[in-house]
Amino acid sequence: MSQQKISTIELVNKGLAKRYRAEKRFRLIGLGAIVLSLTFLAILFATITFNGYTAFQQTWLELTIFFDPQMLDAKNLRQADYDGLVKKSLRDNFPEVSGRSQKKDLYTLVSSGAAYKLQDMVVADTGIIGTTRQVWVPASDDVDMLIKGNIDRSQPESDRQLKDIQLAWIDQLVKEGRLAKRFNLAFFTAGDSREPELAGIFGATIGSAYMLLITLLLSFPVGVATAVYLEEFAKRNRWTDLVEVNINNLAAVPSIVFGLLGLAVFLNFFGLPRSSPLVGGLVMTLMTLPTIIIASRIALQSVPPSIREAALGIGASKMQTVIHHVLPLALPGMLTGTIIGMGRALGESAPLLMIGMVAFIVDIPGSLTDSATALPVQIYLWADCPEQAFMERTSAAIMVLLAFLVLMNGTAVLLRNRFERRW
Amino acid sequence: MVEKKSQLISVDDRKTVGQQFVENPRMTCRDVNVYYGDKHAVHDVSIDIARNEVLAMIGPSGCGKSTFLRCLNRMNDTIDICRVTGEITLDDNDIYAKNIDIVSLRALVGMVFQKPNPFPKSIYDNVAYGPTIHGLTESKSDLDGIVENSLVKAGLWDEVKDRLDQPGTGLSGGQQQRLCIARAIAVEPELILMDEPCSALDPIATAKIEELIAELREQYTIVIVTHNMQQAARVSQRTAYFHLGDLIEVGYTDRLFTTPRHQLTEDYITGRFG
Ligand SMILES: Nc1ncnc2c1ncn2[C@@H]1O[C@H](COP(=O)(O)OP(=O)(O)O)[C@@H](O)[C@H]1O
Ligand SMILES: [Mg+2]
Repeated sequence: MSQQKISTIELVNKGLAKRYRAEKRFRLIGLGAIVLSLTFLAILFATITFNGYTAFQQTWLELTIFFDPQMLDAKNLRQADYDGLVKKSLRDNFPEVSGRSQKKDLYTLVSSGAAYKLQDMVVADTGIIGTTRQVWVPASDDVDMLIKGNIDRSQPESDRQLKDIQLAWIDQLVKEGRLAKRFNLAFFTAGDSREPELAGIFGATIGSAYMLLITLLLSFPVGVATAVYLEEFAKRNRWTDLVEVNINNLAAVPSIVFGLLGLAVFLNFFGLPRSSPLVGGLVMTLMTLPTIIIASRIALQSVPPSIREAALGIGASKMQTVIHHVLPLALPGMLTGTIIGMGRALGESAPLLMIGMVAFIVDIPGSLTDSATALPVQIYLWADCPEQAFMERTSAAIMVLLAFLVLMNGTAVLLRNRFERRW
Repeated sequence: MVEKKSQLISVDDRKTVGQQFVENPRMTCRDVNVYYGDKHAVHDVSIDIARNEVLAMIGPSGCGKSTFLRCLNRMNDTIDICRVTGEITLDDNDIYAKNIDIVSLRALVGMVFQKPNPFPKSIYDNVAYGPTIHGLTESKSDLDGIVENSLVKAGLWDEVKDRLDQPGTGLSGGQQQRLCIARAIAVEPELILMDEPCSALDPIATAKIEELIAELREQYTIVIVTHNMQQAARVSQRTAYFHLGDLIEVGYTDRLFTTPRHQLTEDYITGRFG
């Protein structure tokens, strides 16, 4: 008897080491997986930040501008030749430059945005006409790239964006203190542009904001109402089962399909304006609805039945029970789901390509029916541009988009932690 | 001993015995059957509930006590698959008739549940909720009066009068259950159904609730489900014994526990199963 017992324990002990080894292996594999994914994430963030942070600065150039009254017709200030003022100032600064092609090379050092800047100054204050001022204007993207060290001077001249003579001029300007890097405000306040130094994400951000507004206004009430009806009022039968299965399937439909649907229904059938945030929002609504419905149903299910019984037991009607007791308790969960859905809508680009929100749009959209792009589409557009300066802007725009997403998901997590109840 | 046993009704006979009917009843139940889908949970139960009595329902778990109790204020309507047949009247009105409004029925027949389930709101709001939705009060001071009165009746006033604005969920288990009773009383019901109200409470809290039941009996008719036979003996005037969906025996409490007439009842109260 006792012989038997000892041998059992021995057997167990013999197996024990193997069990512990297996457990240790299992834990190591798990740890490895986490380290691996964190490493990839870190690499991703590092490259994006490294490529993009320079875009938050922009090189500016100081010009001595004589606001020549002969070139500025007080009656027609908007049509005046501001470009001419800029060119004259450049010629005055480099009197040795001669010949058409050299002059042209000189002029390209300054962004075409300089003329707009002068126009704005004159229109704002006509008193400056006839005076001479020192004016800082944006330099061209090539100058910017050189100053940021993205152009290799040792390359042969033909492979470079800037010629030797342009390099000499730039060096002279630097020496005179007429070139400086400043915070790139235009990146946050301007719409898209063919000139990288003038291009900004504001237009796309507004487009995204309008789109999300539509999505939120439609998908939250509809999603919550659907979830409440299915969860609290509908009797379980074949029809509700069918609806449930379909909602779950919809959540798995690739987003581009929703874009096709939007193209067919909203644009071709209802004739809504192409490229508009309105249509984008409608498509995103279709896409996020299943997410919100599913999250809302889970939130409703997590409200304990005892609360419903308590309310019904003292004679609250079904609707009073839901509105007074169940909904307030489920709301944080519903909001969390909605924010996550909104985050997905913000980061989505494929369906927008189908409904034309992929155009080159300079103007900041002023209404829901104006043409617009969205942030991820803007990133997609810039990533396609050959100019090197667009590359850093692409990364910078990704950083902004990620910041928005982190903000939204952070809010969702905060909501969940703050209002989550333990029963 | 062997002699006495032979006089008991055999386990195979499931017809209800004892004082299941009374004169001038408050509620009557006739041939009540309850089904959950295909499952037949309560079989042909007929019983009266007298005025101002405490009726205890006992029996092994799963025998259908809760299910039957929930028929009395139609709480079973909230379960999709649940179907009730038979006739239940309250003051001679069929409560399952089409013209009966569930809301007013439940205002008249209050319920206290097994697990204390205060709303996650303030103590005041918990009690005030019922009167507010039923429009029982005209003014805030009326409502204050009802809240105080209900809490006093539930024996909770002295303990909570200084913290009415604190969450009801922060009270102890026994206090929560008394809060739930106060919440039920605030609607001024005439019957109160209690489904194992003390099963989640410690002995001291249980004693308080039992005292409370004894006091409430003067104003209300109470039907209480309990799996605790001592409790049934302490608080009730009549006791009904359920077994696997059948109502086996109903009797005056003191008699049922001393001289049961059915074999199954005796087996249960002598602790042979349960
Ligand atoms: N919601 C429900 N759905 C299906 N079956 C149920 C439900 N509630 C109770 N039942 C069944 O009905 C029978 C009686 O249950 P119940 O009335 O809760 O018993 P008791 O309260 O006496 O312990 C049990 O067999 C139980 O499994
Ligand atoms: Mg029960």
